[in-house]
Amino acid sequence: MRRHWQGGGPCARQVPGNGKGGALTAIVEFDSVGLRYGTGAEVLRDLNFRLSKGAFYFLTGPSGAGKTSLLKLLYLAQRPTRGRIGLFGEELGDMPRDALPAFRRRIGVVFQDFRLIRHLSAFDNVALPLRIAGKSEAEVEGPVREMLAWVGLADRASARPATLSGGEQQRVAIARAVISQPELLVADEPTGNVDADMAQRLLHLFTALNRLGTTIVVATHDLGLIASAPGAQMMRLEGGILSDPTGTLRNPPGRPASGGG
Amino acid sequence: MFAWLTASVPDRRLLSDGRLRGPTLYVIAIMTFAMIVVAAAGLALSNAAGIVARGVESRYAIQLNDSATSTRAVGAIRSIPGVAKAVPVPEAEMRETLQRWLGPGGLGEELPVPALINVELAPNADSAAIGRRVEQVAPGARFVAHSQVVRPLLKSLRVLQWLAAALVVLMAAATSAVVVLAARGAFDTHRSTIDVMHGLGATDEQVTNLFQRKIAVDALIGAAAGGLAAALALLVLGGSASALAGDLAGGPPLFGTDFLILALLPVGAVILAAFVARSAVLAALRQSL
Repeated sequence: MRRHWQGGGPCARQVPGNGKGGALTAIVEFDSVGLRYGTGAEVLRDLNFRLSKGAFYFLTGPSGAGKTSLLKLLYLAQRPTRGRIGLFGEELGDMPRDALPAFRRRIGVVFQDFRLIRHLSAFDNVALPLRIAGKSEAEVEGPVREMLAWVGLADRASARPATLSGGEQQRVAIARAVISQPELLVADEPTGNVDADMAQRLLHLFTALNRLGTTIVVATHDLGLIASAPGAQMMRLEGGILSDPTGTLRNPPGRPASGGG
Repeated sequence: MFAWLTASVPDRRLLSDGRLRGPTLYVIAIMTFAMIVVAAAGLALSNAAGIVARGVESRYAIQLNDSATSTRAVGAIRSIPGVAKAVPVPEAEMRETLQRWLGPGGLGEELPVPALINVELAPNADSAAIGRRVEQVAPGARFVAHSQVVRPLLKSLRVLQWLAAALVVLMAAATSAVVVLAARGAFDTHRSTIDVMHGLGATDEQVTNLFQRKIAVDALIGAAAGGLAAALALLVLGGSASALAGDLAGGPPLFGTDFLILALLPVGAVILAAFVARSAVLAALRQSL
């Protein structure tokens, strides 16, 4: 039986909003979370934070700070070695692994290296989450065409990833991540392989999704991207420790947060 | 339970990377061929042993030291209740038989030749009681069951029959091992696809179904090819084997149920491969989160 998150400990305080006003429900809750790989040193230490439902977060920090590890915890590719994680109001700590797919279907992930399936077309790659969710081909066709058009790849539907440019692959990966309208979207350096124009287009795509209610977490080094997303909250990870977990530090610093983030 | 049999076209594309089918197909074809041929040999041996055993179970030989008394003894033996038939072996035939052992010059007229009477008992006759009666009507006679004579042969046939069964089991085990290796190999080859699928919320069941289907299709093609080759081999060997079996055992080497068992072996190989593949993939998936 699933255990509902009790909201105790350091996470029990109210999370500041994202500029939209009102108290928001937490979609992700970390309580004293630590992570180490094997017998090595902890790459993440004592993470205590909540992510509000419908908010937009940037995760920054130097290379090797543990951003990807933190994202792995968020999209359930890794279990913490200590501490508790709550997701969508349920604690994941002792949850059996066969219960995790249902959670993963509520999360969209954009991987740094895209992770497109190389022998599938762009269409099939984007359709994959819907097919995994058990949608019929009739239910898949329309939304996938629409999504490919949204990311500007309507005419590349049958192309294999190897024949697409880095930016096109990135957009296919994003289309795949958002096709099932996830409640939480996690993106690891989504603009790392695209030019500034495309980065802005992707950001607009994320903010549009965010307006539809999806919580967005984007790990990035791109300060320009962060600066162009007013209303987003920033989390900084350094040495395995997260600063500003409550999101009080607005971005860009000093500028008042506006709606729509 | 059988959802894996009906994978959609897009699902099939997930593990289809355009390569030719792997060695699983060929190994299963060879294993199925060998299993059917060995099983056919085992069944033929079993049938031969059964035919021989049934043929001699009511047959006895009475050996008399003095051939002069045989005519009288035959009459007396025929009158014993339970004796269905008593036929004396002609002396010429006995001499011919002994000559094979002793050579042309070894069997002179002066050498006494024992008399032999072949006896067939009625069904459910008490052989021990008849043996005692034979002793009474022909003192000194030896009452020997044919089954006792052929017992070493039957024992050898039974051993060979069990050896064939063990070989079939061993080949099934080897097939399982090959399927486990193939499943693990396919799993490693498609590791990135599996990781993506898992990340998008695919269940173990969904991932396993893909592999199970892929390996079952390989096994099906392999088993069909192996089964067909074995059927052709048995057809070619069948004529001479039938003649040999007829001479040795007095019956056909294989019966209807035997062919059914042999036809079920490829089906069993496919089911075994599908089950083993499923177990192997599930075990591998459980290693990940």
